[in-house]
Amino acid sequence: MNSNTPPTVDPKDELLTHLPALRAFALSLTRNRATADDMMQDTVLKAWTNMDKFQTGTNMRAWLFTILRNNFYSSRRKLNREVADVDNAFSDQLSVKPEHDGRLQMMDFKVAFAQLPDEQREALILVGANGFAYEEAAQMCGVATGTIKSRVNRARAKLTELLQLDDDEALELTDTATVAIVGRPGLPS
Amino acid sequence: MTSSEDPKKAKISRYIDENLKKVFSDFESDDMPDQILDLLAVLRAQDETSKGAK
Repeated sequence: MNSNTPPTVDPKDELLTHLPALRAFALSLTRNRATADDMMQDTVLKAWTNMDKFQTGTNMRAWLFTILRNNFYSSRRKLNREVADVDNAFSDQLSVKPEHDGRLQMMDFKVAFAQLPDEQREALILVGANGFAYEEAAQMCGVATGTIKSRVNRARAKLTELLQLDDDEALELTDTATVAIVGRPGLPS
Repeated sequence: MTSSEDPKKAKISRYIDENLKKVFSDFESDDMPDQILDLLAVLRAQDETSKGAK
């Protein structure tokens, strides 16, 4: 073996490192903790028992996300509706007294995000939050790259409308509150 | 990605992405549910058992 060859990691050990992100993806997609946990359980079981089908050197997180989202849409088709039993995934902190405006802004954002159609929410979370390239996200979702770009654009437009971000004053106020919560997001002044 | 966009649109996109990352990060830091931890324990035990049988 070449001394520069990185040590081989057991794929099952690698799987464990992706579980927090997998759960975050499940919560983002389902907006319901119980459904997210069921989806995640199915995904872990499927991935673990089919680990021989995972191609070493490829992106395991993308593989896991693909299994989970296929499971989600398959369940949705069986129910013949969008899984819309939204409960607490985006609103847990509503019962907590907001500490300052920034938390209220974040809650507004979560509420608006939860209103997006499933496919748009999924595209935005893959590209915007996880940094997958449009091409990777398209492959994971089994659609054309242009479809993902369109979903991301429509999702951003909808959030802009819901949060009234087109209003210059609103965006400035939102910036200030967001900086207080998430730190400098690198926005130009 | 945003190079051809007008500055305001690019700013809005960045604002949305930063908030998305924060939401996702909040979810990532949630405790792992017991049902997942239990499942992993069972799967690990099954692997050990099948290794031992070989």
